This record gives sequence, C-alpha cells and structure tokens, in this order.
Amino acid sequence: MDATFFQTMKLTFELAGITTLILLCIGIPLGYYLSQTKSKFKPVVETIVSMPLVLPPSVLGFYLLLAFSPKNSFGAWLDETFGLRLVFSFEGLIVASIIFSLPFMVHPIQSGFSALGKSLQEASFILGKSKFQTLWHVLLPNIKPSLLTGAVITFAHTVGEFGVVLMIGGNIKDETRVASIAIYDEVEALNYDLANQYAFTLFIISFAILLFVYAVNKSMVKSEFR
Amino acid sequence: MIQINITKPLHTSDGIIDLVVNKEIQNSDFLTLFGKSGSGKTTLLRIIAGLEVPQNGTIIVDDAVWFDSRQKINLPPQKRNVGFVFQDYALFPNMTVRQNLEFALKDQSDTKKVDEILAIMEIGNLAKMKPEHLSGGQKQRVALARTLMTNPKILLLDEPLSALDSAMRLKLQDELHEIHKRFGITSILVSHDISEVFRLSNRVFKISLGQITDDGRPSEVFANQQISGKFKVVGEVLSIKKSDIIYIVEVLSHNEIIKVTAVKGDIEGLNIGDKILLSSKAFNPIITMI
Repeated sequence: MDATFFQTMKLTFELAGITTLILLCIGIPLGYYLSQTKSKFKPVVETIVSMPLVLPPSVLGFYLLLAFSPKNSFGAWLDETFGLRLVFSFEGLIVASIIFSLPFMVHPIQSGFSALGKSLQEASFILGKSKFQTLWHVLLPNIKPSLLTGAVITFAHTVGEFGVVLMIGGNIKDETRVASIAIYDEVEALNYDLANQYAFTLFIISFAILLFVYAVNKSMVKSEFR
Repeated sequence: MIQINITKPLHTSDGIIDLVVNKEIQNSDFLTLFGKSGSGKTTLLRIIAGLEVPQNGTIIVDDAVWFDSRQKINLPPQKRNVGFVFQDYALFPNMTVRQNLEFALKDQSDTKKVDEILAIMEIGNLAKMKPEHLSGGQKQRVALARTLMTNPKILLLDEPLSALDSAMRLKLQDELHEIHKRFGITSILVSHDISEVFRLSNRVFKISLGQITDDGRPSEVFANQQISGKFKVVGEVLSIKKSDIIYIVEVLSHNEIIKVTAVKGDIEGLNIGDKILLSSKAFNPIITMI
C-alpha cells in the first residue's frame, strides 16, 4: 500500500467528516424550522432541501460548476471577495457535498423533531425555559437516534459520492481525487488490483460504520428510556 | 383575579365556531371547564397559558396585562407563571424524575426545594427513575410535582386523570384537592367527568360550541332546579331493563352499581352511557355503623 492510497483515503474521510460536521450545524436549525413552521413557504423550502434526492448528480454538478466558475458573476464575486475558488478545489467539493447531502441530514432530524410531539416543548416553555434551552436540554437529547442516523448516512453518502465530485472537483491528486474517483481511474487504467484495494477498503469501512451505528443506536435507545 | 374577555375562531368537525369567553375567575377558585370534546375547553386553557393566541380581547391577571389585542401585548408562556399538566404528562424522557423537577428550577442549586416537593408528592422513591418506567398514576404525580416547582399562580389541568383507571382517579382527585387546599393555587381543570367536577371544583363553566352556557356551583349547574332533593348521586346509566310494568335502571356511581326503579316516562330519551343525576326527596335511609 503506497502513500497515494493513504493520501486518497485521508482526503475522502476528511471530506466526509467536514461535510457531516457542517451539515449537523445546518441540519439541526433547518430540521427544527421545518418541523415547527406553518408558513406557506414550507413546501418550497422542503422541495429545495429534497431536490438532490431526485436530481441526477451530474445535473447538480454541472450547475454548480457553472455557478462557481470564476467566469460567471457569482464565482467571480467569491474569488474577488473571499479569494475562494470553488471549482476544482477541496473547498468546492465541501460546498457541493453539503448541498448534495442536505436531505440525508435534514430529513431524519425533521422527522425526529416532529415525532416528539409539541407537548414536551410547550411544557418546557411553561417552565420558563427559552427556545434555545428547550432545544438543547429537552429536544436534542430526545432525538439522539435521529441525529446519529442523519450524521452517519450523510458521512457514508459523501464517501460514496461520484458524479458531483467528478463534475466540480475533477481528478486532481491530493486535492480532489477521492476514493470513488480513484476506483474509476484505476479501472480505466486496467489496474484492477489497486482498484480492488480501494473498493475493498470502502466496503469494510462502510460495514464497520453501519455495524457501529446499529449497535450504538440499540444501546442508546435502551439506556435513554431506562 | 383573572379577567378574561376573548374571542377566537375554532376549527371543529361542525365547521368554524367562535370561542367567546367573558368571565372573571376569583383567586383560589377551583374551576372546571366542562363540555364535549371540540367545544373549546382545552383551547381556553391553552389561551390562558399563552400557548394559543386569541383573535381579540384581553386577559388581565391581578392587574397585570397578559394579553391585549389592541395594544399588541401578548406575554409569552415563559413569563406567565402558570403550571400546566398535559393530558400526556409531557415528562422529559431523557431525564430522571429528579432531573425533571430540577429542570423546572429557576436557581439550579436549590436542591432543597426538589427534596421538599418530592416529599410532599410522596415520590421520593421514584427520584432516580426515568419516566418510561413509571405507571400512569406515578407519571401524573411527577407531572404535578414538576408544575409545583415554579410556584405557579394558576394551575391548568388538561384532563389529567382521563387516562387512569377509576381507583387511581379517585386517589389522585383527593390529592389534587389536597394540593389546591395546601397551596391555594387558582386551579382550572378541563374535564368531562361529572363526578370529578363535583368532587373537586367550587365553580364550573359548561361550554358548548364555544359558548359558556352555564356558570355556577356544580350542584347548581348540573342539578335540575325544580328538584328540592336532599340526596343526590351522579352516575352513568349501565342498563335499562323492563320488569313487568316498571323498568330497572342500573347506574354506576363511584365504582358502585345502584339499581333504581323507573316508570316509562322516566326512561324516555334515556340511553345507556348517559350521565344522570339521581335524586330522592322522601326515602328511608338505613344507617349502619361501620
């Protein structure tokens, strides 16, 4: 196993880890808002959040590529204001992954909040607690299984992402070449052994993560309600 | 004193009706809101708690304005200092009984208060348990204990005993009565159990389709005014059987079945399951020492 292999795997898990962390920060407030709101814009927001589920990754990747390109106004503005180039860069992959995996984080969290029922929250308000205190001490601890599910599916989904990554990141070593791209690349070059090395590693790691989640979720559900 | 003068449209199975309330409730009253489901009693309770907003009107509690639609004042539930016992108890599943009580504290270090309330409600032995492992009656007690932690001015009870069996109901009715006496909290109970109304409250609002149709002491509201009865029992009709020229009516009252005779005129329009008031003017009671 060579350094390139480790570098690629490290990049893959860095991308998935950062994406998951950022999406947790976005998914909790967004899922909370969607579970609470009676606004007429709710279907619009829900549609936007769910779009990546039905959209072919290459379509999403293509439009992100256009948007982030320094030749277009948004991309140029990002470049001038923040010095940020999102095309063919690691930062660009993170932004694309966040958009692409949004529903996988928001949906479990939203349904977790909805399933709790409103009386827990109302009881907390009547006891004099603010929205934030209620969210932190009452709501979030009671949707731990949903949070874990959202985080793990997001992580796994980002690891396995191909179309969007290829469109917006390309295949630059140490920058945007993640494991799924590397497999494709090695197969094209007829390096089946190396391709197998990537594929098998992803297989084992995915299995281990899922096993961990189910084991933890089971014991968490048990101990939560003991 | 609570002065309520509000209106709010309600969406019910009968279409949109208006909840209209214009009443004053005295401090230390134990008031029951009585009526069929969908009549607006729970909504009124939630409006007092600040969980729902009336369309128009004012709510003034001891000279403090809680709600005024003209001045756009609407005190949030956090600032109203009420206690609310939900029908499903709303205990926090992630916390033990003790933590549920501690969470309600304004000053988290005031552990003496927690011990005091645990002792009063006789739930000290449950302190380390999670709500999931409590029986219905125990959950009810914990929910009540938690509301007492904030020293509420008004205690709002949304059918808190409806999910319990009748023996537990009677026990907890006594406890509610005891708490009301001990703390002198103005209490408002939603119920559609007439016996509960008689046992607990000194005043009752009968609500029908959003309107308060009767207001008074339970005996005034439920008793037929023409009867000068000296002996009254409230109960539920279990069966009506014909026996020769009379009818035998079985009535369930406080866990006991009473059989009474009736003539055809008495049972007209009477159905099994109806709540009735039995009263007797002249009778020969048999008194036995026990």
